Amino acid sequence: MSRIIFFIAEGFRALRRSAAPSLAAIVTVGVTMLLLGVLIPVLQATSGKTEEVRDQVGLNAYLYDDATPQETDELASQIAAIPNVAEVEYVSKDQALAILSDRFEAKDQSDLTEQLPGARNPLPASFKIKPDDLDNLNTVRAALTPPGTDGKPKPISPIIEEIGESEDEAATITEVTGALKWGLIIVAALLTIASLMLVANTIRLSIYARRREVEVMQLVGATNWFIRWPFVVEGLVCGLIGGLAALAILFVGKETVLDPLAENFGLIKAEQTIAFAKLALLLLVVAMTVSAIGSGLTLRRFLKV
Amino acid sequence: MRSLRFPTLFNPVASLQTSKLLRGRERSARRPEHLTERRTKPPVVELRQATKVYPGGHVALDRASLRVDAGEFVFLVGPTGCGKSTLIKMLIRELEPTEGEILIAGRDISTLSSDKIPYLRRRIGTVFQDFKLLPSRSVYDNVAYALQVIGASRAEIRTKVPDALRLVGLADKVKSYPDQLSGGEQQRLAVARAFVNHPPLLLADEPTGNLDPATSVGIMQLLYRINRTGTTVFVVTHDREMVDKMRRRVIGLDAGRIVRDQSAGMYADEESTREFAARVREEMGVEETGY
Repeated sequence: MSRIIFFIAEGFRALRRSAAPSLAAIVTVGVTMLLLGVLIPVLQATSGKTEEVRDQVGLNAYLYDDATPQETDELASQIAAIPNVAEVEYVSKDQALAILSDRFEAKDQSDLTEQLPGARNPLPASFKIKPDDLDNLNTVRAALTPPGTDGKPKPISPIIEEIGESEDEAATITEVTGALKWGLIIVAALLTIASLMLVANTIRLSIYARRREVEVMQLVGATNWFIRWPFVVEGLVCGLIGGLAALAILFVGKETVLDPLAENFGLIKAEQTIAFAKLALLLLVVAMTVSAIGSGLTLRRFLKV
Repeated sequence: MRSLRFPTLFNPVASLQTSKLLRGRERSARRPEHLTERRTKPPVVELRQATKVYPGGHVALDRASLRVDAGEFVFLVGPTGCGKSTLIKMLIRELEPTEGEILIAGRDISTLSSDKIPYLRRRIGTVFQDFKLLPSRSVYDNVAYALQVIGASRAEIRTKVPDALRLVGLADKVKSYPDQLSGGEQQRLAVARAFVNHPPLLLADEPTGNLDPATSVGIMQLLYRINRTGTTVFVVTHDREMVDKMRRRVIGLDAGRIVRDQSAGMYADEESTREFAARVREEMGVEETGY
């Protein structure tokens, strides 16, 4: 117990003694954490949006209005038997109308469906077909419309009026967000690696300045861990302070910039992003671990006497 | 005239005779009885054909063999670059011999795993040539560190550190930092740190280098006092004059080889520390410095 107190006291003593290198380490950790704190939610938001869009992509098989329930059931099992089809959903004429009505509502527009003459429903019934992977979309489409005797694609059932891609624009969005996501991942990875190296280097400098002290400690019989613990404590404290500083900036940024913006822009208001408390905890743990391990490991080369 | 009054150790007979003439006292030809008794125990330090070749081919130590028994006070003398510091560094395994064995208390230290080395160093107090003090710590904390390292309790530290500092005459400088001390004070601080946990073996590398004669006598008196508590003291020096006055066992090293090892006839009678200091001061013609 008295040892632990000694190590903590020694760690703080070292922080006071080498204020400038410690400050450099704190700032570096802080900047890295700030970067991660911004990048993690942004990445999550983009990948969340992408998933949302990908979910909507699929094929629609529109049916003639005179299709009998028996024919419809038959087609449903036919479609389900096609390889790479993940999900088949029947959307009746009434359901299609309800969906359209909901969309008007969501956009705060007047419900045009109410103005339909004689409550006639012009929308066809359809099968919503989702492939197991977006890349298999065309395979599924080919299976639904195999080449007929005249060589032209012919639907597998006479009740199919038309095969349509549910949202052509969705595919484009998916491509764009996918590219954006990869771009962000690469940037985040590069920045993280660069900052980690910066942290390690800063800590190494601060230890290098004290390498003679470390040598003396060894010569009077200090074990490597006895020398190392105060450095680890120092790293923990640097990580904690740097992490807290980053969190303070992130919190202020969230409160003053992000939250007001989120009220106006749907994209920012991505619900799937990490909660702030969780992010804060993650960042603190990462900051402390990185700097503690950084200083502990960096010391190794100076401990080889 | 100087050589007459301060005969060199290279002429033991002359030394003995001159000393007899000057001091008018009989000297024992044998080492003190208590040292002879301990010969049955393994020697504190033993070198067996120890050789150290530095990368580049410089031979620092060439098949050196010696043994030092518990309670002895031994000088290792020789010109600069003869391998003295190399020998000290090998005793605390800062360096390893290229060939041969080095035994401390009967154990070959090259067989120690690297995590056991700190425990070896704790049993050996070392006064380094460049002191190796911790510049960011006060006098008190420098000495305390040697105790903290071995896991001493706070109570132990609170009693032993002031004791050690009083022994070396630095009791009034506890709050100073090493760079505020004079060379002699730093040297004494280094001795205090080396001795604070009462190691069975004390190594001192040039403890009087660059010090004026009066301060040197003070340091030697200190080492003598420590030796009288039963600690084996091994001093490396080129201060031949001092060595002559101490009248202890002398091992001569030249170009990495042990060229002489004189113990018989070299020991002065059992002297108290005070007598010892008075005699050495008188022989060296220096004033008492007060510690």
